[in-house]
Amino acid sequence: MKNAQSRRDFLKTTALTGGGLVLGFSWFSSKAFAPVVITANTLPFNAYLSIAPSGIVTIFSPNPEIGQGIKTAFPIIVAEELDADWEKVQVEQAALDTKRFERQLTGGSGAIKHSWERLRKAGATARYMLVEAAAKKWSVPAAECTTSKGFVMHSSGKKLSYGELANEAALITPPKDIKLKANSDFSLIGTSVKGVDNNAILTGKPLFGMDYKRDGMLYAVIQRPPAFGQKLKSFDATEAKKMAGVVDVVSFDNKVAVVGKSTWQTMQARKALQIVWENDKPLENSADHDRILKEMLNSSEKATVHRKDGDVETAFKSAHKIVESAYQCPFLPHNAMEPMNFFAHFKGDSIEMAGPSQTPEAAQKQVAKLLNLPPDKVTIELTRMGGGFGRRLNTDYALEAAELSSIIKAPVKVTWTREDDMAGGIYRPAVRYRFKAALDKMGNITAFMLHGASINAGNATRPDNFPAGAIDNLLVQSSDYKSPITTGPWRAPITNFLAYAEQAFLDEVAQAAGKDPIQLRMELLEKAQKSPVGKITYDINRFKEVSKLVAEKAGWGKKKKGVSLGFSVYFSHASYVAQIAEVILVKGKPVVKKVVAAVDCGIVINESSAKNQVFGAIVDGLGHAMHGNMTFKEGVPQQNNYDKYRLIRYNEVPEIEVHFVNNGIDPTGLGEPALPPTGGAIANAIYKTTGKRLYNQPFAEQSTTLG
Amino acid sequence: MAVISLKINGKSYQTDVDANTPLLWVLRDHLDLAGTKYGCGMAMCGACMVHINGEATRSCVLPVSAVENAAITTIEGLSATGNHPVQQAWNEIDVPQCGYCQSGQMMSAAALLAKNSNPSDKDIEAAMTGNICRCGTYHRIHDAVKLAATKMKK
Ligand code: FES
Ligand code: FES
Repeated sequence: MKNAQSRRDFLKTTALTGGGLVLGFSWFSSKAFAPVVITANTLPFNAYLSIAPSGIVTIFSPNPEIGQGIKTAFPIIVAEELDADWEKVQVEQAALDTKRFERQLTGGSGAIKHSWERLRKAGATARYMLVEAAAKKWSVPAAECTTSKGFVMHSSGKKLSYGELANEAALITPPKDIKLKANSDFSLIGTSVKGVDNNAILTGKPLFGMDYKRDGMLYAVIQRPPAFGQKLKSFDATEAKKMAGVVDVVSFDNKVAVVGKSTWQTMQARKALQIVWENDKPLENSADHDRILKEMLNSSEKATVHRKDGDVETAFKSAHKIVESAYQCPFLPHNAMEPMNFFAHFKGDSIEMAGPSQTPEAAQKQVAKLLNLPPDKVTIELTRMGGGFGRRLNTDYALEAAELSSIIKAPVKVTWTREDDMAGGIYRPAVRYRFKAALDKMGNITAFMLHGASINAGNATRPDNFPAGAIDNLLVQSSDYKSPITTGPWRAPITNFLAYAEQAFLDEVAQAAGKDPIQLRMELLEKAQKSPVGKITYDINRFKEVSKLVAEKAGWGKKKKGVSLGFSVYFSHASYVAQIAEVILVKGKPVVKKVVAAVDCGIVINESSAKNQVFGAIVDGLGHAMHGNMTFKEGVPQQNNYDKYRLIRYNEVPEIEVHFVNNGIDPTGLGEPALPPTGGAIANAIYKTTGKRLYNQPFAEQSTTLG
Repeated sequence: MAVISLKINGKSYQTDVDANTPLLWVLRDHLDLAGTKYGCGMAMCGACMVHINGEATRSCVLPVSAVENAAITTIEGLSATGNHPVQQAWNEIDVPQCGYCQSGQMMSAAALLAKNSNPSDKDIEAAMTGNICRCGTYHRIHDAVKLAATKMKK
């Protein structure tokens, strides 16, 4: 990356494609977020890139950056095909424009998969135009020209930089079809590239929505109903309004907003509000949820069947052995490090917004609808996000800011305190699974049943996931209970716990069958390969490959004194991840010493970032399996800050080792897939150490023996 | 409200705020020093870490009136050009994921290294356990502190 100092000059001359003016922002302007109008004289090649005569290549990265590294990964792909000099690449967050970029959202680990070819073509097309321009200039066939690090070269030794060619090249008609590089020619993809925002992050620049500021902007905090199932009855703001810095107190949508001149003042004034809430739905307790989940699993009558292969009932009747278990997980808040916030400035016939959103397009449409504006009158600037983990797929906090600004008719930033954020809903749903497997005399699985019961999850199963396809008689069904507690996707939705339950159950089945847990899975995969049952949505060979790789790297089957290993493998979000956890006993307590992971996400784009994601996902998976728990009393969340909600810390992480299967297959996402296998690997290793199966998360609360 | 004089990153500031306002919010809302982050507001996460006379201190529970005569350093003042050994190490190890916690992490690390240029793993653990990273970059934080220590010796 070019160093930050040269960025100012460059910003003055950068432009979005189409020759129009572009609004950007510069950290070096006096007010950090004040829009800088930039005149157009750099040369647009396509939606993703422009090249200035100075040789600086600007690559526009369209997707929201949440910490998954997309703002670095996307430009790497473009720069690879362009043969750009990465030192001369400048990355800009593209504005929200789904006509131009289609999928501008962060969710489902789907961005790389979706954009891989588009990004490559964008780079390759521009490269073609540069080569054509040089060939024309030199009057030589384009086929005699090559490119490298920002230069076009001719076999005669002639050489021109991309900057020198930009003017002419931009006028070349882009080709309809473009040949892409062979994987073996990649020189940037697969290396370790540092995050493009590192410099700004490490010097404390205002990158995040929370840091957003404009002249004349007001601050607001909002009091939302304290319990799920309550609504606003009345409020008295007399005292609050008297407090220093308070500009207004307004109410909308069962909430009371305190608007003022600083965050702290509005936070203080909010405490002085007198609010009466009334119940309009049942106020639930965690004990109710436990009971409801168990009741749902006791009856199949109301369950929705998602997949039925063969005849499970008959198969269970003739079973030699039956294994049956239930696994349960609680609600979880996302706890993104940057609490929810959004800026909005309603201007009568339009609204300008800025903030952290995984789904800016959805926010734009919903705000347009809410305020009765055409969608193109809603502009949303994408700020870097201090994490999201699925929470920012929900647009509630953006809509709320828009509505508030439309009421007070002023620019305002709404900030959620940590307590607001943790107690404000959109949780990972609480789920309970019952598994049942029938074994024949040889220890083969003849029938398999999964019933998922959930609170506000819809279908808590993934009916076509492994082992579906490998078992002749299979039934997958779900039941769901509608609760006032709001839920939503949480990193690796559903599979973040389903994988754990399934992988722990398969360990139990292996034990009952007298088989090695990896051998059991291999036999199932062989069976799916030779005589598949129904639809198969996973790649059997890739499944086997990661399993074998992790077994080899972790020394599976080799005895290590005092160390127990637990295995887990899962396919989610189009990537395959296998993990082996090592657990030892320290003063009689099981301690996770190490986790080894084998990952198949196809081609690795940025090794440094990919490793960071896998490490982070394992730490996340371990931390939440051990401690994550959100409970309710009369509808009120009982954990609302880090004194009551334990997140994993520096001193609690095990050693981690990551191996990628580099098979050259088109890349898939990595923000989520490394998390689902972690809980299972740990629980299986803990079982081997202690002889105790862990059926419920969080683990740490089930046994005083756990470290 | 009271006019409070502060010395931050070697510069003098005057600001008219309630004396009880936590330093964190004075930095962020009033002085445009938003590198110091809000994470919990109750001294549990370390996102708001600054140096007060060289000591790593959480600014979210620190009334601004208590630091009127103190030397305050924020991430913006850790170095003039972003080349403090800790910043260099954090970049070389490519620590950040979302990046939100990292200014607090670096302030904790820099305070440790200023006092102890050769910290043991236990020393690092003691200094860094007060900073939460929700993205789970702890392994890289460890490596970066080690690397920064070697840079400081040079
Ligand atoms: S914001 Fe100060 S410790 Fe969390
Ligand atoms: S990098 Fe995201 S919280 Fe630490």
